[in-house]
Amino acid sequence: MLKLLKYALYDILKSRFAMIYTVFMILVAVSIYQVSDDLSKVSLSLMNIMIMIVPLISAVFATTHFYNNLEFIELMLAQPVKRSHVFLSQLLAVILMLSLSVLIGFGLPMLLWGADSSLIALLGVGVVLSAVFAGFAFLASVLTRDKAKAIGISLGLWIYFSLVYDGFVLYLIYSFADYPLEKVTLGLVMLNPVDLGRILMLMQLDISALMGYTGAFFQQFFTSSTGVLVAGGTLFIWVLWPNMLAMRVFKKRDF
Amino acid sequence: MISVKNISKEFGKLQVLKDFNLEFQLGNSYAIMGPNGSGKTTMIKTILGMVVPDGGEILVKGLPIKGSHAYRKDIGYMPQIGRYPENMKIGQLFSMMKDMRPEIKNYDLDLVEAFELDQMKDKAMSTLSGGTRQKVSAALAFLFSPAILILDEPTAGLDPIAVEILKAKIKKEREAGKLILITSHIMSDLEELTNQAVYIFEGEVYFNDTIESLKEITGESKFSPAIAKLMQWTLKKKSTNRQMSHVETT
Repeated sequence: MLKLLKYALYDILKSRFAMIYTVFMILVAVSIYQVSDDLSKVSLSLMNIMIMIVPLISAVFATTHFYNNLEFIELMLAQPVKRSHVFLSQLLAVILMLSLSVLIGFGLPMLLWGADSSLIALLGVGVVLSAVFAGFAFLASVLTRDKAKAIGISLGLWIYFSLVYDGFVLYLIYSFADYPLEKVTLGLVMLNPVDLGRILMLMQLDISALMGYTGAFFQQFFTSSTGVLVAGGTLFIWVLWPNMLAMRVFKKRDF
Repeated sequence: MISVKNISKEFGKLQVLKDFNLEFQLGNSYAIMGPNGSGKTTMIKTILGMVVPDGGEILVKGLPIKGSHAYRKDIGYMPQIGRYPENMKIGQLFSMMKDMRPEIKNYDLDLVEAFELDQMKDKAMSTLSGGTRQKVSAALAFLFSPAILILDEPTAGLDPIAVEILKAKIKKEREAGKLILITSHIMSDLEELTNQAVYIFEGEVYFNDTIESLKEITGESKFSPAIAKLMQWTLKKKSTNRQMSHVETT
Protein backbone atom coordinates (compact mmCIF):
# COMPACT_ATOMS: atom_id res chain seq x y z
CA MET A 1 0.00 0.00 0.00
CA LEU A 2 2.72 2.47 1.00
CA LYS A 3 4.73 1.46 -2.03
CA LEU A 4 1.78 2.12 -4.31
CA LEU A 5 1.20 5.45 -2.62
CA LYS A 6 4.85 6.32 -3.06
CA TYR A 7 4.71 5.79 -6.82
CA ALA A 8 1.34 7.51 -7.16
CA LEU A 9 2.59 10.52 -5.21
CA TYR A 10 5.84 10.60 -7.13
CA ASP A 11 3.89 10.75 -10.37
CA ILE A 12 1.45 13.40 -9.20
CA LEU A 13 3.96 15.73 -7.55
CA LYS A 14 6.04 15.69 -10.70
CA SER A 15 3.11 16.85 -12.79
CA ARG A 16 3.07 20.50 -13.79
CA PHE A 17 -0.42 20.92 -12.40
CA ALA A 18 0.62 20.60 -8.74
CA MET A 19 3.11 23.44 -9.21
CA ILE A 20 0.70 25.72 -11.06
CA TYR A 21 -2.06 25.20 -8.51
CA THR A 22 0.24 25.96 -5.57
CA VAL A 23 1.68 29.06 -7.22
CA PHE A 24 -1.83 30.25 -8.04
CA MET A 25 -2.91 29.83 -4.40
CA ILE A 26 0.18 31.73 -3.22
CA LEU A 27 -0.55 34.56 -5.64
CA VAL A 28 -4.16 34.80 -4.47
CA ALA A 29 -3.16 34.86 -0.81
CA VAL A 30 -0.31 37.35 -1.31
CA SER A 31 -2.45 39.76 -3.28
CA ILE A 32 -5.21 39.69 -0.67
CA TYR A 33 -2.71 40.21 2.15
CA GLN A 34 -1.35 43.21 0.24
CA VAL A 35 -4.78 44.80 -0.08
CA SER A 36 -5.73 44.76 3.58
CA ASP A 37 -4.00 44.77 6.96
CA ASP A 38 -7.07 43.64 8.85
CA LEU A 39 -6.73 39.89 9.39
CA SER A 40 -10.46 39.25 9.60
CA LYS A 41 -10.99 40.99 6.26
CA VAL A 42 -8.16 38.95 4.79
CA SER A 43 -9.65 35.71 6.00
CA LEU A 44 -13.12 36.65 4.76
CA SER A 45 -11.79 37.43 1.28
CA LEU A 46 -9.64 34.30 1.22
CA MET A 47 -12.62 32.25 2.35
CA ASN A 48 -14.86 33.57 -0.41
CA ILE A 49 -12.26 32.69 -3.01
CA MET A 50 -11.34 29.37 -1.50
CA ILE A 51 -14.90 28.14 -1.10
CA MET A 52 -15.41 28.51 -4.85
CA ILE A 53 -11.97 27.57 -6.18
CA VAL A 54 -10.95 24.59 -4.06
CA PRO A 55 -13.99 22.40 -4.77
CA LEU A 56 -13.86 23.28 -8.47
CA ILE A 57 -10.17 22.50 -8.88
CA SER A 58 -10.46 19.35 -6.76
CA ALA A 59 -13.39 18.03 -8.76
CA VAL A 60 -11.85 18.68 -12.17
CA PHE A 61 -8.32 17.66 -11.28
CA ALA A 62 -9.30 14.42 -9.53
CA THR A 63 -11.45 13.34 -12.48
CA THR A 64 -8.79 14.04 -15.09
CA HIS A 65 -6.19 12.43 -12.88
CA PHE A 66 -8.20 9.23 -12.58
CA TYR A 67 -8.65 8.95 -16.33
CA ASN A 68 -5.06 9.92 -17.11
CA ASN A 69 -3.87 7.26 -14.70
CA LEU A 70 -6.09 4.51 -16.01
CA GLU A 71 -2.99 2.92 -17.56
CA PHE A 72 -1.21 2.90 -14.24
CA ILE A 73 -4.29 1.47 -12.54
CA GLU A 74 -4.65 -1.27 -15.15
CA LEU A 75 -0.98 -2.12 -14.88
CA MET A 76 -1.24 -2.41 -11.11
CA LEU A 77 -4.38 -4.55 -11.26
CA ALA A 78 -2.42 -7.27 -13.08
CA GLN A 79 0.13 -7.29 -10.24
CA PRO A 80 -0.15 -9.13 -6.92
CA VAL A 81 -1.65 -6.18 -5.07
CA LYS A 82 -5.09 -5.62 -3.57
CA ARG A 83 -7.64 -3.71 -5.58
CA SER A 84 -8.58 -1.57 -2.62
CA HIS A 85 -4.92 -0.61 -2.19
CA VAL A 86 -4.64 0.44 -5.82
CA PHE A 87 -7.70 2.65 -5.38
CA LEU A 88 -6.70 4.12 -2.02
CA SER A 89 -3.19 4.93 -3.21
CA GLN A 90 -4.55 6.94 -6.12
CA LEU A 91 -7.16 8.67 -3.98
CA LEU A 92 -4.79 9.51 -1.16
CA ALA A 93 -2.19 10.82 -3.59
CA VAL A 94 -4.75 13.20 -5.11
CA ILE A 95 -6.05 14.35 -1.71
CA LEU A 96 -2.51 14.82 -0.38
CA MET A 97 -1.48 16.86 -3.40
CA LEU A 98 -4.58 19.08 -3.29
CA SER A 99 -4.25 19.58 0.47
CA LEU A 100 -0.56 20.36 0.22
CA SER A 101 -1.25 22.99 -2.41
CA VAL A 102 -3.81 24.67 -0.14
CA LEU A 103 -1.60 24.39 2.93
CA ILE A 104 1.48 25.73 1.17
CA GLY A 105 -0.35 28.24 -0.99
CA PHE A 106 -2.28 29.85 1.83
CA GLY A 107 -0.01 28.76 4.68
CA LEU A 108 3.21 30.39 3.48
CA PRO A 109 1.77 33.93 3.31
CA MET A 110 0.19 33.29 6.73
CA LEU A 111 3.56 32.41 8.17
CA LEU A 112 4.95 35.64 6.76
CA TRP A 113 2.19 38.07 7.69
CA GLY A 114 0.50 36.42 10.62
CA ALA A 115 -2.72 34.50 11.07
CA ASP A 116 -5.58 34.17 13.52
CA SER A 117 -7.89 31.30 14.41
CA SER A 118 -10.13 31.98 11.42
CA LEU A 119 -7.21 31.57 9.03
CA ILE A 120 -6.23 28.30 10.68
CA ALA A 121 -9.85 27.15 10.31
CA LEU A 122 -9.64 28.22 6.67
CA LEU A 123 -6.77 25.81 6.06
CA GLY A 124 -8.70 23.00 7.75
CA VAL A 125 -11.82 23.67 5.69
CA GLY A 126 -9.67 23.80 2.53
CA VAL A 127 -8.26 20.34 3.23
CA VAL A 128 -11.69 18.90 4.02
CA LEU A 129 -13.29 20.35 0.88
CA SER A 130 -10.43 19.00 -1.24
CA ALA A 131 -11.07 15.54 0.17
CA VAL A 132 -14.85 15.76 -0.27
CA PHE A 133 -14.70 16.86 -3.89
CA ALA A 134 -11.89 14.47 -4.76
CA GLY A 135 -14.25 11.79 -3.45
CA PHE A 136 -17.11 13.03 -5.63
CA ALA A 137 -14.79 13.13 -8.63
CA PHE A 138 -13.55 9.57 -8.06
CA LEU A 139 -17.11 8.40 -7.62
CA ALA A 140 -18.08 10.02 -10.92
CA SER A 141 -15.01 8.49 -12.56
CA VAL A 142 -15.61 4.91 -11.44
CA LEU A 143 -19.28 5.07 -12.38
CA THR A 144 -18.62 6.17 -15.97
CA ARG A 145 -16.39 4.92 -18.78
CA ASP A 146 -15.99 8.30 -20.40
CA LYS A 147 -13.80 11.15 -19.20
CA ALA A 148 -16.09 13.90 -20.51
CA LYS A 149 -19.11 12.39 -18.79
CA ALA A 150 -17.20 12.06 -15.50
CA ILE A 151 -16.03 15.67 -15.65
CA GLY A 152 -19.59 16.71 -16.40
CA ILE A 153 -20.90 14.93 -13.32
CA SER A 154 -18.14 16.39 -11.14
CA LEU A 155 -18.84 19.90 -12.39
CA GLY A 156 -22.56 19.34 -11.89
CA LEU A 157 -21.96 18.41 -8.26
CA TRP A 158 -19.78 21.47 -7.81
CA ILE A 159 -22.44 23.78 -9.27
CA TYR A 160 -25.09 22.11 -7.14
CA PHE A 161 -23.25 22.44 -3.84
CA SER A 162 -21.72 25.87 -4.51
CA LEU A 163 -24.57 27.68 -6.23
CA VAL A 164 -27.86 25.84 -6.67
CA TYR A 165 -28.13 24.61 -3.11
CA ASP A 166 -27.68 28.11 -1.67
CA GLY A 167 -30.37 29.44 -3.96
CA PHE A 168 -32.68 26.72 -2.78
CA VAL A 169 -31.97 27.50 0.88
CA LEU A 170 -32.49 31.23 0.35
CA TYR A 171 -35.77 30.58 -1.43
CA LEU A 172 -36.91 28.40 1.45
CA ILE A 173 -35.96 31.01 4.05
CA TYR A 174 -37.77 33.80 2.22
CA SER A 175 -40.86 31.67 1.63
CA PHE A 176 -41.14 30.69 5.27
CA ALA A 177 -39.83 33.92 6.78
CA ASP A 178 -42.72 34.00 9.27
CA TYR A 179 -41.69 30.75 10.91
CA PRO A 180 -38.75 30.03 13.18
CA LEU A 181 -36.25 28.45 10.81
CA GLU A 182 -33.01 28.22 12.81
CA LYS A 183 -33.13 24.47 13.27
CA VAL A 184 -34.25 23.86 9.70
CA THR A 185 -31.44 25.98 8.29
CA LEU A 186 -29.00 24.25 10.62
CA GLY A 187 -30.16 20.92 9.24
CA LEU A 188 -29.90 22.22 5.67
CA VAL A 189 -26.38 23.48 6.30
CA MET A 190 -25.39 19.99 7.45
CA LEU A 191 -26.52 18.63 4.08
CA ASN A 192 -23.99 20.70 2.17
CA PRO A 193 -20.27 20.39 2.94
CA VAL A 194 -19.49 23.72 1.26
CA ASP A 195 -21.99 25.62 3.40
CA LEU A 196 -20.89 23.76 6.50
CA GLY A 197 -17.30 24.80 5.83
CA ARG A 198 -18.35 28.37 5.21
CA ILE A 199 -20.38 28.60 8.42
CA LEU A 200 -17.60 27.03 10.48
CA MET A 201 -15.27 29.70 9.13
CA LEU A 202 -17.69 32.57 9.67
CA MET A 203 -18.17 31.53 13.28
CA GLN A 204 -14.49 32.26 13.83
CA LEU A 205 -15.12 35.86 12.78
CA ASP A 206 -17.13 38.42 14.69
CA ILE A 207 -19.61 39.00 11.90
CA SER A 208 -22.28 36.57 13.01
CA ALA A 209 -24.05 39.52 14.63
CA LEU A 210 -24.79 40.71 11.12
CA MET A 211 -26.81 37.58 10.46
CA GLY A 212 -29.58 38.41 12.91
CA TYR A 213 -31.27 35.87 15.13
CA THR A 214 -30.23 32.88 13.02
CA GLY A 215 -26.65 34.12 13.25
CA ALA A 216 -26.87 34.27 17.03
CA PHE A 217 -28.32 30.78 17.11
CA PHE A 218 -25.55 29.49 14.85
CA GLN A 219 -22.94 31.28 16.95
CA GLN A 220 -24.29 29.57 20.04
CA PHE A 221 -24.47 26.17 18.38
CA PHE A 222 -21.11 26.14 16.60
CA THR A 223 -19.15 27.46 19.58
CA SER A 224 -20.60 24.86 21.96
CA SER A 225 -18.65 21.63 22.24
CA THR A 226 -21.55 19.50 21.00
CA GLY A 227 -21.93 21.84 18.04
CA VAL A 228 -18.28 21.55 17.09
CA LEU A 229 -18.48 17.79 17.51
CA VAL A 230 -21.60 17.51 15.35
CA ALA A 231 -20.18 19.80 12.66
CA GLY A 232 -16.83 17.99 12.67
CA GLY A 233 -18.57 14.61 12.58
CA THR A 234 -20.78 15.70 9.70
CA LEU A 235 -17.81 16.94 7.70
CA PHE A 236 -16.07 13.65 8.42
CA ILE A 237 -19.09 11.78 7.04
CA TRP A 238 -18.99 14.03 3.97
CA VAL A 239 -15.36 13.07 3.43
CA LEU A 240 -16.04 9.41 4.04
CA TRP A 241 -19.14 8.46 2.11
CA PRO A 242 -18.25 9.48 -1.47
CA ASN A 243 -14.79 8.01 -1.09
CA MET A 244 -15.97 4.73 0.40
CA LEU A 245 -18.75 4.39 -2.15
CA ALA A 246 -16.26 5.04 -4.94
CA MET A 247 -14.02 2.30 -3.53
CA ARG A 248 -16.90 -0.19 -3.44
CA VAL A 249 -17.71 0.52 -7.07
CA PHE A 250 -14.03 0.38 -8.02
CA LYS A 251 -13.68 -3.09 -6.50
CA LYS A 252 -16.30 -4.44 -8.90
CA ARG A 253 -15.41 -2.34 -11.93
CA ASP A 254 -14.18 -3.96 -15.15
CA PHE A 255 -10.95 -2.73 -16.73
CA MET B 1 -3.33 -25.13 -12.98
CA ILE B 2 -6.09 -22.77 -14.17
CA SER B 3 -9.71 -23.90 -14.20
CA VAL B 4 -12.34 -21.63 -15.65
CA LYS B 5 -15.74 -22.87 -14.50
CA ASN B 6 -19.09 -21.72 -15.85
CA ILE B 7 -17.91 -18.15 -16.28
CA SER B 8 -20.41 -15.75 -17.76
CA LYS B 9 -19.97 -12.06 -18.44
CA GLU B 10 -22.17 -9.41 -19.94
CA PHE B 11 -21.19 -5.93 -21.00
CA GLY B 12 -24.51 -4.17 -21.01
CA LYS B 13 -26.71 -6.26 -23.27
CA LEU B 14 -23.83 -7.94 -25.02
CA GLN B 15 -23.08 -11.38 -23.62
CA VAL B 16 -19.33 -11.74 -24.07
CA LEU B 17 -18.80 -15.05 -22.28
CA LYS B 18 -21.51 -17.70 -22.06
CA ASP B 19 -21.15 -20.43 -19.48
CA PHE B 20 -17.49 -20.67 -20.24
CA ASN B 21 -15.48 -23.75 -19.21
CA LEU B 22 -11.79 -24.36 -19.77
CA GLU B 23 -8.89 -26.20 -18.15
CA PHE B 24 -5.28 -25.16 -18.57
CA GLN B 25 -2.60 -27.62 -17.48
CA LEU B 26 0.97 -26.86 -16.48
CA GLY B 27 3.49 -27.85 -19.14
CA ASN B 28 1.15 -27.14 -22.00
CA SER B 29 1.09 -24.23 -24.35
CA TYR B 30 -2.35 -23.12 -25.54
CA ALA B 31 -3.24 -21.24 -28.68
CA ILE B 32 -6.35 -19.20 -28.01
CA MET B 33 -8.04 -18.32 -31.26
CA GLY B 34 -11.23 -16.75 -32.40
CA PRO B 35 -12.47 -13.84 -34.48
CA ASN B 36 -12.21 -10.28 -33.18
CA GLY B 37 -14.61 -9.65 -30.35
CA SER B 38 -15.13 -13.35 -29.60
CA GLY B 39 -14.14 -12.94 -25.95
CA LYS B 40 -10.46 -13.90 -25.92
CA THR B 41 -9.21 -10.81 -24.14
CA THR B 42 -12.20 -10.77 -21.79
CA MET B 43 -11.41 -14.34 -20.78
CA ILE B 44 -7.78 -13.41 -20.12
CA LYS B 45 -8.82 -10.37 -18.13
CA THR B 46 -11.18 -12.44 -15.98
CA ILE B 47 -8.30 -14.80 -15.18
CA LEU B 48 -6.22 -11.78 -14.16
CA GLY B 49 -9.09 -10.38 -12.10
CA MET B 50 -9.30 -7.18 -14.14
CA VAL B 51 -12.78 -8.08 -15.29
CA VAL B 52 -15.14 -9.42 -12.64
CA PRO B 53 -17.36 -12.21 -14.04
CA ASP B 54 -21.13 -12.19 -13.43
CA GLY B 55 -21.18 -15.85 -12.50
CA GLY B 56 -18.98 -18.92 -12.16
CA GLU B 57 -15.54 -19.23 -10.67
CA ILE B 58 -11.91 -19.41 -11.64
CA LEU B 59 -9.36 -21.51 -9.81
CA VAL B 60 -5.63 -20.93 -10.08
CA LYS B 61 -3.52 -23.65 -8.47
CA GLY B 62 -6.74 -25.06 -7.02
CA LEU B 63 -7.69 -21.87 -5.18
CA PRO B 64 -10.52 -19.54 -6.18
CA ILE B 65 -9.24 -16.17 -7.30
CA LYS B 66 -12.21 -14.22 -6.01
CA GLY B 67 -11.03 -11.73 -3.42
CA SER B 68 -7.47 -12.97 -3.72
CA HIS B 69 -4.51 -11.11 -5.15
CA ALA B 70 -1.53 -13.24 -4.20
CA TYR B 71 -2.10 -15.66 -7.09
CA ARG B 72 -1.13 -12.96 -9.57
CA LYS B 73 2.51 -13.27 -8.54
CA ASP B 74 2.61 -16.54 -10.51
CA ILE B 75 1.32 -14.87 -13.66
CA GLY B 76 3.27 -12.90 -16.22
CA TYR B 77 0.93 -10.90 -18.40
CA MET B 78 1.73 -9.23 -21.65
CA PRO B 79 -1.22 -7.05 -22.66
CA GLN B 80 -2.41 -6.55 -26.21
CA ILE B 81 -1.79 -2.84 -25.94
CA GLY B 82 0.77 -2.02 -23.26
CA ARG B 83 -0.30 1.14 -21.51
CA TYR B 84 2.10 2.59 -18.97
CA PRO B 85 2.39 5.74 -16.86
CA GLU B 86 3.54 8.32 -19.38
CA ASN B 87 5.72 10.32 -17.00
CA MET B 88 7.76 7.29 -16.02
CA LYS B 89 11.08 6.28 -17.53
CA ILE B 90 11.76 2.69 -18.60
CA GLY B 91 14.23 2.19 -15.75
CA GLN B 92 11.76 3.51 -13.18
CA LEU B 93 9.03 1.28 -14.55
CA PHE B 94 11.21 -1.79 -14.15
CA SER B 95 12.29 -0.88 -10.63
CA MET B 96 8.68 -0.20 -9.70
CA MET B 97 7.56 -3.58 -11.00
CA LYS B 98 10.38 -5.25 -9.08
CA ASP B 99 9.26 -3.35 -6.01
CA MET B 100 5.76 -4.83 -6.42
CA ARG B 101 7.14 -8.34 -5.98
CA PRO B 102 9.81 -7.90 -3.33
CA GLU B 103 9.97 -11.61 -2.53
CA ILE B 104 11.43 -12.41 -5.95
CA LYS B 105 15.12 -11.69 -6.14
CA ASN B 106 16.17 -13.56 -9.27
CA TYR B 107 15.21 -11.72 -12.38
CA ASP B 108 15.02 -13.20 -15.83
CA LEU B 109 16.80 -10.53 -17.84
CA ASP B 110 17.04 -12.48 -21.13
CA LEU B 111 14.60 -10.23 -22.97
CA VAL B 112 15.81 -7.01 -21.35
CA GLU B 113 19.26 -7.79 -22.73
CA ALA B 114 18.09 -9.10 -26.09
CA PHE B 115 15.91 -6.04 -26.70
CA GLU B 116 18.66 -3.74 -25.37
CA LEU B 117 16.23 -2.04 -23.00
CA ASP B 118 19.04 -1.23 -20.58
CA GLN B 119 20.46 1.32 -22.98
CA MET B 120 17.08 3.03 -23.12
CA LYS B 121 16.31 3.14 -19.41
CA ASP B 122 16.28 6.94 -19.28
CA LYS B 123 13.69 7.25 -22.01
CA ALA B 124 10.23 8.34 -20.90
CA MET B 125 7.40 5.93 -21.69
CA SER B 126 5.53 8.65 -23.57
CA THR B 127 8.31 8.91 -26.17
CA LEU B 128 8.39 5.19 -27.02
CA SER B 129 7.14 3.75 -30.28
CA GLY B 130 4.47 1.04 -30.28
CA GLY B 131 7.05 -1.65 -30.96
CA THR B 132 9.33 -0.58 -28.14
CA ARG B 133 6.35 -0.59 -25.78
CA GLN B 134 5.63 -4.16 -26.85
CA LYS B 135 9.25 -5.02 -26.05
CA VAL B 136 8.87 -3.47 -22.61
CA SER B 137 5.63 -5.43 -22.07
CA ALA B 138 7.31 -8.66 -23.11
CA ALA B 139 10.35 -8.09 -20.93
CA LEU B 140 8.11 -7.32 -17.93
CA ALA B 141 5.99 -10.44 -18.45
CA PHE B 142 9.06 -12.68 -18.34
CA LEU B 143 10.98 -10.71 -15.70
CA PHE B 144 9.93 -12.74 -12.65
CA SER B 145 9.99 -16.14 -14.43
CA PRO B 146 6.39 -16.85 -13.44
CA ALA B 147 4.85 -20.34 -13.76
CA ILE B 148 2.04 -18.99 -15.94
CA LEU B 149 2.56 -16.75 -18.94
CA ILE B 150 -0.40 -15.03 -20.56
CA LEU B 151 0.52 -13.35 -23.82
CA ASP B 152 -2.15 -11.35 -25.62
CA GLU B 153 -1.03 -10.97 -29.24
CA PRO B 154 2.65 -10.97 -28.31
CA THR B 155 4.11 -10.54 -31.77
CA ALA B 156 1.84 -7.77 -33.03
CA GLY B 157 3.79 -4.61 -33.77
CA LEU B 158 7.25 -6.11 -33.27
CA ASP B 159 9.90 -6.04 -35.96
CA PRO B 160 11.00 -9.39 -37.44
CA ILE B 161 14.17 -9.60 -35.35
CA ALA B 162 12.27 -8.93 -32.13
CA VAL B 163 9.60 -11.46 -33.13
CA GLU B 164 12.26 -14.16 -33.49
CA ILE B 165 13.84 -13.23 -30.15
CA LEU B 166 10.46 -13.38 -28.42
CA LYS B 167 9.47 -16.65 -30.06
CA ALA B 168 12.77 -18.24 -29.05
CA LYS B 169 12.16 -17.08 -25.48
CA ILE B 170 8.62 -18.48 -25.45
CA LYS B 171 9.90 -21.82 -26.73
CA LYS B 172 12.57 -21.88 -24.03
CA GLU B 173 10.00 -21.24 -21.31
CA ARG B 174 7.72 -23.87 -22.78
CA GLU B 175 10.51 -26.42 -22.60
CA ALA B 176 11.05 -25.39 -19.00
CA GLY B 177 7.53 -26.73 -18.36
CA LYS B 178 5.53 -23.55 -17.93
CA LEU B 179 1.90 -22.96 -18.70
CA ILE B 180 1.62 -20.58 -21.62
CA LEU B 181 -1.52 -19.00 -23.07
CA ILE B 182 -1.14 -17.17 -26.35
CA THR B 183 -3.76 -15.37 -28.35
CA SER B 184 -2.83 -14.40 -31.86
CA HIS B 185 -4.12 -14.09 -35.37
CA ILE B 186 -0.83 -15.21 -36.85
CA MET B 187 -1.33 -18.93 -37.40
CA SER B 188 2.29 -19.74 -38.18
CA ASP B 189 3.35 -18.30 -34.81
CA LEU B 190 0.76 -20.31 -32.98
CA GLU B 191 1.71 -23.52 -34.75
CA GLU B 192 5.32 -22.99 -33.77
CA LEU B 193 4.69 -22.09 -30.16
CA THR B 194 1.74 -24.16 -28.97
CA ASN B 195 0.56 -27.74 -28.72
CA GLN B 196 -3.06 -27.17 -27.68
CA ALA B 197 -5.71 -25.30 -29.58
CA VAL B 198 -8.68 -23.48 -28.06
CA TYR B 199 -11.18 -21.93 -30.45
CA ILE B 200 -13.60 -19.38 -29.05
CA PHE B 201 -16.59 -18.13 -31.00
CA GLU B 202 -19.11 -15.63 -29.68
CA GLY B 203 -18.25 -16.32 -26.09
CA GLU B 204 -18.36 -20.10 -26.31
CA VAL B 205 -15.63 -22.71 -26.57
CA TYR B 206 -16.00 -24.49 -29.91
CA PHE B 207 -12.85 -26.51 -29.83
CA ASN B 208 -10.44 -27.46 -27.09
CA ASP B 209 -7.96 -30.24 -27.77
CA THR B 210 -4.48 -30.89 -29.09
CA ILE B 211 -3.42 -29.45 -32.41
CA GLU B 212 -2.93 -33.02 -33.69
CA SER B 213 -6.56 -33.90 -33.12
CA LEU B 214 -7.63 -30.60 -34.68
CA LYS B 215 -5.84 -31.63 -37.86
CA GLU B 216 -7.38 -35.08 -37.66
CA ILE B 217 -10.93 -33.84 -37.22
CA THR B 218 -10.73 -31.31 -40.01
CA GLY B 219 -8.84 -33.71 -42.28
CA GLU B 220 -6.19 -31.11 -43.00
CA SER B 221 -2.49 -31.79 -42.63
CA LYS B 222 -1.56 -28.15 -41.99
CA PHE B 223 -2.53 -25.96 -39.08
CA SER B 224 -3.68 -22.91 -40.96
CA PRO B 225 -6.22 -24.63 -43.28
CA ALA B 226 -7.43 -26.68 -40.33
CA ILE B 227 -8.27 -23.52 -38.43
CA ALA B 228 -9.84 -21.99 -41.53
CA LYS B 229 -12.07 -25.05 -41.80
CA LEU B 230 -13.02 -24.78 -38.15
CA MET B 231 -13.93 -21.14 -38.67
CA GLN B 232 -16.10 -22.03 -41.64
CA TRP B 233 -17.88 -24.67 -39.60
CA THR B 234 -18.67 -22.26 -36.81
CA LEU B 235 -19.96 -19.70 -39.30
CA LYS B 236 -22.10 -22.33 -41.00
CA LYS B 237 -23.48 -23.45 -37.66
CA LYS B 238 -24.37 -19.88 -36.86
CA SER B 239 -26.19 -19.34 -40.15
CA THR B 240 -28.12 -22.61 -39.82
CA ASN B 241 -29.14 -21.57 -36.33
CA ARG B 242 -30.43 -18.35 -37.77
CA GLN B 243 -32.40 -20.12 -40.44
CA MET B 244 -33.93 -22.44 -37.87
CA SER B 245 -35.04 -19.58 -35.69
CA HIS B 246 -36.38 -17.84 -38.74
CA VAL B 247 -38.46 -20.91 -39.60
CA GLU B 248 -39.79 -21.10 -36.08
CA THR B 249 -40.93 -17.53 -35.96
CA THR B 250 -42.79 -17.61 -39.26
